[in-house]
Amino acid sequence: MRGYLPDFDVRVPASLGEALALLAQAPGTLTPLAGGTDLMVVYNAGRLKPTRFLDLSRIDELRGIREAAGAMTFGALSTFTDLRECAAVHRHFPNLVKSARATGALAIQNRGTLGGNIANASPAADTPPSLLAYGAEVELLSVRGSRRVAYDRFHLGYKVMDLAPDELVAAIHVPLPTGRGFHYFRKVGTRQAQAISKVCLAAWARVEGGVVADLRIGLGSVAPAPIRARHAEAVLLGQALATLPIEAAQAALLEDISPIGDIRATARYRSVVTRNVLGHMLRELATL
Amino acid sequence: MLTKNAAGVKARKRLCMTVNGRAVEIEIDIRESLLDVLRDRLQFTGVKQGCSVGECGACTVLIDGTPMNSCIYLAAWAHGKTITTIEGLAQDGLLTPVQEAFVDEGAIQCGFCTPGVVLSTTAMVDSGKSFTHDEVRRELSGHLCRCTGYQKIVDAAERALREAATAADESPV
Repeated sequence: MRGYLPDFDVRVPASLGEALALLAQAPGTLTPLAGGTDLMVVYNAGRLKPTRFLDLSRIDELRGIREAAGAMTFGALSTFTDLRECAAVHRHFPNLVKSARATGALAIQNRGTLGGNIANASPAADTPPSLLAYGAEVELLSVRGSRRVAYDRFHLGYKVMDLAPDELVAAIHVPLPTGRGFHYFRKVGTRQAQAISKVCLAAWARVEGGVVADLRIGLGSVAPAPIRARHAEAVLLGQALATLPIEAAQAALLEDISPIGDIRATARYRSVVTRNVLGHMLRELATL
Repeated sequence: MLTKNAAGVKARKRLCMTVNGRAVEIEIDIRESLLDVLRDRLQFTGVKQGCSVGECGACTVLIDGTPMNSCIYLAAWAHGKTITTIEGLAQDGLLTPVQEAFVDEGAIQCGFCTPGVVLSTTAMVDSGKSFTHDEVRRELSGHLCRCTGYQKIVDAAERALREAATAADESPV
């Protein structure tokens, strides 16, 4: 018990309805707590600002991975291990499996959740780039009702989200990719296992008649929040695989990113490596 | 100890769980981690405190059979759950096959990381799945050994998995 938090409180609602009612009672005072793999770290270090928590652990409505109507729905409490062990996720969303494997190590994957990875809003989280690449939507619930936000419009700045104080991240919907798909995920960290990303890039492309018909690139650790590489995507859309403008895309990528230098990497390192990873991704795409 | 905190919240809670096969009922502070309760209150000192941020794996315990970092796991979450610490493996002084494998391979140096690694390996063996060499390394990657004796640890885990698979093949159906 390293953190000294005299006002520490954990509310444990037994149902989703009760949880939303508690959030609505005093919006902004309760911080949702799922696996705790991010919050408890800050707590143990004595640096946790929130002191009152809404423990979601008993809310079974927020669990489970389901496939329906051309999309897969992940309950916010789906753990990284749930993602790793779901055959349908392997089949449709290989990048998400790689993201889950790249997050912490096994004990963290057993406990940490997809909803928490999103709502914690770390720019260095490893599932967001894949969710961006697959065109995910986030389902938000409150006593006022539910709404869906395209995930690429959910993060508005560093730890700033399109999320009202009475809203809860309830589920993540990801459309099933169609057509001839290309999936790419690359995380660059200090070591292979349980490093925090210096750069993370996930991409999904649909190829038709030798041409890039659809493409989304998600990036982590190179901006205040997870981002789409929209400038790079624009350069590549509609281009033939045989003549991909790799250098132009790499140049455009610099418009997308705004890396900082910190304890894990310098801004210049992140900039150069993101370019290089994009180059690697495009050379693989060219051979599809 | 305070029964109510500054916000007037009841800061203590009755926790019922099973630890190493025995029912435990204990009053805890809601701020306590499972590591705090297991080590400091119940004296299961085989659960080690290393990094306190969920990276080193020294505090690993099995919760309902699943490896978890007890340092970042609120004790209150363990209510109604079954916990296994390293003290719960050997029965009547007889080591489990996983523990034997660690001894046979000399996979122990200072021993600080050993309880966590043995528990994670136990969960792998209990899963009944088979693991490639690379998968074993990945499954155990959440355990830091500052003596850097990783090769023997991986050897021991692979021996335990191999022996369990052989035992399963030879057991009568």
